[in-house]
Amino acid sequence: MKDFGQYVLFLGSLFVRRETFKTYYHLVLEECIQIGIKSTFLVMLVASFMGAVTTVQTAFNMVSPLIPNFVISQVVREMTILELAPTIIAIIYAGKVGSSMAGGIGTMRITEQIDALEVMGINSSSYLVLPKLLASLIMYPMLVIIAGFCALLGGYLVGSLSGIISPTDYIYGIRFSFNEFTITFALIKSVVFAFLISTISCFKGYYTQGGALEVGIATTKAVTTSVIAILLSDYFLAELLLNK
Amino acid sequence: MIRINDISKSFGDRLVLDTISGEFEKGKTNLIIGASGTGKSVLLKCIVGLIQPDQGTVFYDRRNFSEAGKTLKTEIRREIGMLFQGGALFDSKNVEQNVMFPLDILTTMPLADKKERVHFCLQRVGLEKAASKMPSELSGGMKKRVGIARAIVNNPNYLFCDEPNSGLDPQTSILIDELISEITHEYNITTIVVTHDMNSVLGIGEKIMFIYMGRKLWEGSQQDVMNSGVKELDDFVFVNKVMKSLKAR
Repeated sequence: MKDFGQYVLFLGSLFVRRETFKTYYHLVLEECIQIGIKSTFLVMLVASFMGAVTTVQTAFNMVSPLIPNFVISQVVREMTILELAPTIIAIIYAGKVGSSMAGGIGTMRITEQIDALEVMGINSSSYLVLPKLLASLIMYPMLVIIAGFCALLGGYLVGSLSGIISPTDYIYGIRFSFNEFTITFALIKSVVFAFLISTISCFKGYYTQGGALEVGIATTKAVTTSVIAILLSDYFLAELLLNK
Repeated sequence: MIRINDISKSFGDRLVLDTISGEFEKGKTNLIIGASGTGKSVLLKCIVGLIQPDQGTVFYDRRNFSEAGKTLKTEIRREIGMLFQGGALFDSKNVEQNVMFPLDILTTMPLADKKERVHFCLQRVGLEKAASKMPSELSGGMKKRVGIARAIVNNPNYLFCDEPNSGLDPQTSILIDELISEITHEYNITTIVVTHDMNSVLGIGEKIMFIYMGRKLWEGSQQDVMNSGVKELDDFVFVNKVMKSLKAR
């Protein structure tokens, strides 16, 4: 509970004694490149294979001749949009970006760089964390959209090339009985996950004490806590937005 | 001038600073000395506001820093330059960007003026050719000198140095000490240096405060430090054979 209280106070500190808009504008752009653009390749790779594997495994489980082939791509679509793209990619994002945030800020703490900012009269938490949070909120939903597209494309390529499903059936299944709200749901999840990953990781890094060993511990804790937060919020969002 | 009144600080049950009072004069290199773990750095951090003391007040030229609101605190902090033990340079910025950082954040100077000021400061610390280097490419002494350049770039009224020559060879230590002393006199600023290095004490210490087990045990000038008559200070000052032979003479 003490940690949670500290986390809430930390979030509050992000929005007081801020620097100028121009300062944040440049920092947010830099962070967008660091955490968004530089994660694109990994996200595309993981998502493509996720889509491909989901297609093969769904086809493997479709044993009844009464079920039409296009159901395979329908299942891939639903799994991708509802869960794989926002949630699995969030876990990967926590491992790649979250650990980098916690490690970077933790190192700044133990090498007195954060103290140097404070001595200059700069609100260090706002200066360091707010740009990362804003960049995450902008870039992560985009990564989820890219991931969804790549997963569906990966499924299409593997399905067509291996003869599991014809391209026509795949496209038909993708479009069949499509509920647009699933996209909205995925984007809501992506915003919530981006917020949790960036703030939890920065929080763990910001309060690091000690040396290199403690930075490592903080990084591990950042990823573990982020993943737990992702899974819990995933369940609550599903209950809240999908349960009729 | 900086004045501190009855500064106390505990961490859990451990009393680290016990009602320390004193004055640090303008235009002088004020030294806080003492053995490792006596609370020197904690005192310095209490003075600059990085650690909140349990009791006591800090005055910056009659401005009460301890009870100041956020605006006044920020205003005072923007008059402070600080050199940290490890330099505390920002890893992602090169030397020029590190030194320019306070100007970028705290001023609205045009870029050309900022560059001119940065190069003047780098020249002042003898590092004008290292402007494009990253902190990872610098030696310990160079990092300290860049730290000094960053600390003075905004024309501070107060300069704080936390163990400026820790981890440096004696020659570089003297160079850093002399630089701090020269800057203090040149710009007529209030400088506080935390150190346990006797070379610094004898070289640049104009006003010295000796801290022992969290308490101020002695205060005086460079000339008095050799004949203080305080046993704990004598134990600290005359710890090696060279110093002992100096005292015997």
